[in-house]
Amino acid sequence: MSLNVESTPLTAVLAPPPLRLIDDTGQAVAENESGGFTLPAVDTLLGLYRQMVIARRFDVQVTALTRQGRLATYPSALGQEACEIAAVAALAPQDWLFPTYRDSIALLTRGVEPKDILASFRGDWHSGYDYHQHRIAPQATPLATQALHAVGLATAAKLKRDNTVALTLLGDGATSEGDAHEAFNFAAVWQAPVVFLVQNNQFAISVPLDKQMACRTIADKAIGYGMPGYYVDGNDVAAMYAVVSAAMDRARRGDGPTLIEGLTYRIEAHTNSDDPTRYRKAADVDLWRSRDPIERLEKYLVAQGALTEGVRASILAAAEELAATTRDCMTEQAVVDPLELFEHVYSTPRTALAEQRAFLAAELAGDALASAVATEKSTR
Amino acid sequence: MSPQQALDTGTAVRAPEDLTMAAALNAAIRDAMVDDPTVVLFGEDVGPLGGVFRVTDGLYAEFGETRVSDSPLAEAGIVGTAIGMAMYGLRPVVEMQFDAFSYPAFQQIVSHVAKMRNRTRGKIPLPIVIRIPYAGDIGGVEHHSDSSEAYWTATPGLTVVSPSNPADAYSMLREAIASDDPVIFMEPKSRYWSKASLSLPVQTEKLNRAVVLRAGTDVTLIAYGPTVKTALATADQAEAEGLSIEVIDLRSLSPFDDETVGVSVRKTGRAAIVHEAAQFGGYGAEVATRLTERNFFYLAAPILRITGFDIPYPSPKLEEYFLPTPDRILAALSTWEWS
Repeated sequence: MSLNVESTPLTAVLAPPPLRLIDDTGQAVAENESGGFTLPAVDTLLGLYRQMVIARRFDVQVTALTRQGRLATYPSALGQEACEIAAVAALAPQDWLFPTYRDSIALLTRGVEPKDILASFRGDWHSGYDYHQHRIAPQATPLATQALHAVGLATAAKLKRDNTVALTLLGDGATSEGDAHEAFNFAAVWQAPVVFLVQNNQFAISVPLDKQMACRTIADKAIGYGMPGYYVDGNDVAAMYAVVSAAMDRARRGDGPTLIEGLTYRIEAHTNSDDPTRYRKAADVDLWRSRDPIERLEKYLVAQGALTEGVRASILAAAEELAATTRDCMTEQAVVDPLELFEHVYSTPRTALAEQRAFLAAELAGDALASAVATEKSTR
Repeated sequence: MSPQQALDTGTAVRAPEDLTMAAALNAAIRDAMVDDPTVVLFGEDVGPLGGVFRVTDGLYAEFGETRVSDSPLAEAGIVGTAIGMAMYGLRPVVEMQFDAFSYPAFQQIVSHVAKMRNRTRGKIPLPIVIRIPYAGDIGGVEHHSDSSEAYWTATPGLTVVSPSNPADAYSMLREAIASDDPVIFMEPKSRYWSKASLSLPVQTEKLNRAVVLRAGTDVTLIAYGPTVKTALATADQAEAEGLSIEVIDLRSLSPFDDETVGVSVRKTGRAAIVHEAAQFGGYGAEVATRLTERNFFYLAAPILRITGFDIPYPSPKLEEYFLPTPDRILAALSTWEWS
């Protein structure tokens, strides 16, 4: 017996077509079907294309490094480039991004160096970039918790009368968490300048969305919180960019939060330790590969005459250069200092930690006797 | 009492007044908000109502909606948004209303508040104070009397403190708000109405130190928060019976003041710890263990724990049988072999 409803879920029956500005075939949709959003200029789209290609090359490279056993893990965003790149492109310099573990390419696109992104995945430290320089919070692992941090930061910015907006990335599974609900509700009640971008990649590790919720779309939930919600084709970077930008503008004007759902697909496994053949069909993956966000935009840009062979070659060269940089940073010997373990736990030094540090230092020095003495002293 | 002196903030020392612990906490938040415009206060019912224990009374009227606000009723949301505010340079003081209602915020506290400084290598400190009214002895209904301190003290990255009197309540809360580390500030509900004559602003012992509240020679009795009063009453009662008890108010549960407590234990050679929380895996287990490890050769007897029973906190008519009393403490001490 299944705890899940046996009837066909509403999602399958009633979900409306997602908003899109460029369709699967690379054609711009008619103006009266574009939900009031304007197709971004060709130059803007070419910039987004460039960033998507580079981001994918990075993602593929890091997945390869993980398969070689050189990284502890890497949650890939392959297939989700339109959501990730549109989100970052819509940010102003003073805005803050609150990413999850799957959003490494968003970090890359906002300017974080590959070596700093990989610091956590190769196990140097839990997180490794300059948060204030890039205005990116540490990548969150517990689901939806960072959405509340985004609401808090946005509220603080509002109290200080800064024109900073916070954008947080979430996955479809994360919307089942209580913290997601609390974040949506706090943001709406406080009219926080925050944008929630849910990347609905249709799986929470192995669990499909119809086992997460019984409503049509995640975007529909927005009405329950008193904020606008948009259901967008997450593989159409033009639509994603237009909708996220509008939501950022809205937040910046002081009109409050927006919930955006980008319908996309996780082409890779959850992580390298996952086996997706146990829970989804190869045909489904192939179908979504055929809806590739980069290929779609490519068709449009080629038809517009904006993506010449010369431009394409220069983009691919930049992507290869980044892949090389990424490989190179793996060959550098990461400096990890065991004694740093005690450095950042409290601002005020603690005697007990100083004792444990002395113990480890003696142990590292290979001095069993000194280590024992340190222990003995610490027990006096 | 802890040594008292005027707090060095430039604020004029006010005339002595009789203050309850709740009023002292209120004054501490108010003075901190006057001194530091980045201090903000929010939580459930902390606005116009002034909190269910009136600890935030008058602050909404004085500082307005931008700095004192009622939040939606969701503790993870309260702590989670406080994290974001602290990331942006504010010093949030948030209230959990009741001990057992802090549990929805457990993940935000344990996975983020406690770890943020560490995971960001010191780049994102979180100066947040999470006030938690805790413990029983107020006839509270179910879920209103928990002693949750061991959950927090078992979590590296948190500073956990609990005042036992109005002077400490003021001084410790001022220091907690000024700290760059997150502080779990545990307020013993049964002591909210205890009074003292104070000239504010007052500064007592440093936040991380225990104090010897009453000198003695035969036994070190260790308490914190609500059981300090019980320990002092026990010492009074014991004196009549010819037993000299030294009473220590820990004040800070994490860090633990090994030095102050160690000096006392090495002097008396006997120690017992009193708390309301259940015994198994409770805070007293850590105290007894570390004191034994560090002072074994000075001890004349095993360290005792006089605590609540290993049961969920009882209903109002039964709580008197649960809470440690002077008689129960003295009975426990009498089980030692006295030569």
